[in-house]
Amino acid sequence: MNHYKLTGHAATTPAVASRKGRRSIASVAGKLWNERYLYLLLLPGLLYFIIYRYVPMLGNVIAFQDFSPFQGFLHSDWVGLKHFKKVFEDREVIRVIWNTLYLSFLQIAFAFPVSIALSLMLNEVRGERYKRVVQSLVYLPHFLSWVVVAGIVTVMLKSDGIVNHFLQTGFGIPAIPFLTAPHWFMPLIVLEVIWKESGWGTIIFLAALAGVNPHLYEAAVVDGANKWRQIWHITLPSIRSTIIILLILRLGSVLDVGFEQIFLMLNPLNKEIGDVLDTYVYYKGIQNSDFSFATAVGLFKSLVGLILIVGANKLAKRFGEEGIY
Amino acid sequence: MVLLALVGLLMLFPFYYMIATSFTSGAESATKTFVLFPQKWVTDAYQYIFNSRVFVRSLFVTAGVTVVGSLFSLLLTSMMAYPLSRNITGQRFFLFLVLFTFVFGAGIIPTYMVVKATHLIDSYWALIIPGAINSFNLIVLRQFFLGIPNDLTEAAVLDGANDLQIFARIIMPLSKPALAAFGLFYAVTSWNTYFNALIYINDPDKWTVQVILRQIVILSQRLDSLSDGQQAAIAQAAPPGETIGMAAILIATVPILALYPFLQKHFAKGVMLGSVKG
Repeated sequence: MNHYKLTGHAATTPAVASRKGRRSIASVAGKLWNERYLYLLLLPGLLYFIIYRYVPMLGNVIAFQDFSPFQGFLHSDWVGLKHFKKVFEDREVIRVIWNTLYLSFLQIAFAFPVSIALSLMLNEVRGERYKRVVQSLVYLPHFLSWVVVAGIVTVMLKSDGIVNHFLQTGFGIPAIPFLTAPHWFMPLIVLEVIWKESGWGTIIFLAALAGVNPHLYEAAVVDGANKWRQIWHITLPSIRSTIIILLILRLGSVLDVGFEQIFLMLNPLNKEIGDVLDTYVYYKGIQNSDFSFATAVGLFKSLVGLILIVGANKLAKRFGEEGIY
Repeated sequence: MVLLALVGLLMLFPFYYMIATSFTSGAESATKTFVLFPQKWVTDAYQYIFNSRVFVRSLFVTAGVTVVGSLFSLLLTSMMAYPLSRNITGQRFFLFLVLFTFVFGAGIIPTYMVVKATHLIDSYWALIIPGAINSFNLIVLRQFFLGIPNDLTEAAVLDGANDLQIFARIIMPLSKPALAAFGLFYAVTSWNTYFNALIYINDPDKWTVQVILRQIVILSQRLDSLSDGQQAAIAQAAPPGETIGMAAILIATVPILALYPFLQKHFAKGVMLGSVKG
């Protein structure tokens, strides 16, 4: 790979391009004609982006209307910021935003460190074969669908499932309603994320750990450092920047907690605590046809997300790292 | 070491539990709340599932959508990535169009409305077109194309080849490993996706396997109640719901497991590519 950056600054427009004024229309047309087949290749993808990515962005205008499917975009009544006012006044929306942030916080606080711990453990494994087997096992759940994961959890945790049976016969604990009790919702979601994604999350850390100079460990051993001190003084500091960057970028998408997983675990009994922005937009907009309000909530989410990502990226660059764009 | 072995087993346990449950006979699971070591391994649940028109149809639907969708996505992605790897006029603008979708999503409702306006609701294409190009894949594939030495294409130009010919006869064949990786990526996503089927498909005849799985495993609906009534008659003879659910999950996971060795190889590489960015 060459060292081309995505920022686009390095996009080497031909020298001609800088001499704008002097270029005649004919030469532009000539260049375009020469590139005609390239544009032909570009066209289907471009149409896709315009129709399915950018037209919907424009479609967000219905957040400023009282949209009715019968009147369409053009003839629905304009109501200005009415729906946005409602977004900030509606107790339900506030609760949903709170749920989203709280869940994100839990995931960062509990799921994220598991990946780090797991990669530290994997890094200590010396047997190459054993290491590969364990890696294969911990990566696997990443490729399962959320329906499958939620399905397994449902079957294992229901009131007469294996986990409750074990708790009952082993410890005499009465059946716990894991799936319906509201206070079990968030822990379950976080545990699922840990099971499904923490193995996968080790890849980047393991790559960073592979780059640590082995001489450092040799020197530490000479100084009499035991395994724990080596991890504390050498291993962790050497992946510190990776950890910081991943954390910052995770903060940038703090409002994205994953529609499918949440939706599949929601039921009428835990909806109060489990509803997050994406699922709320789905229920309001698609199930209840409250299009304008749901779009306003969605647009609010996208705009905050945009600010957060750009901010996170700036922050990452301040730490001397490349951002995501 | 030992702790890690435990972690590995923890990852493995649900799989074992599913397998054990799915092969348990109805009589045995009626007397016990759960079974870790079935006395007799029976395939009742599997026979039942493969006799269910609803489930088999959903498997065919999902397989078809996955194959057609992955090829379609791969074609569209590479066709767009190639011009973006050349210095075409407006390249920076087009790249910006793609990159902007990383940071700003259009939202569920407006996207739904466009899908509806383009008459895709209840069409299999609704499972293919709205997510046809993954911006991230597009950018990484473009990086890959940028890495192909110019000499090869210049030689072809001297031979009088146009850009279409270069793309089809030089670039694509040279990129086979990368294309295989992205094809797998699209295939897994397509096979696993539940969201699109949930919001764009109302017709139960067109449900994908993930939708059926949710109905029978999470919502505990009976498989026969999902069909058009013909099978209700044999409902009495059906194995217990849990056994069927576990068997259904395993069947829906087999394609992923079959591809897993390839996935692991390519995906780990892809993650690094994405983070190092060429």
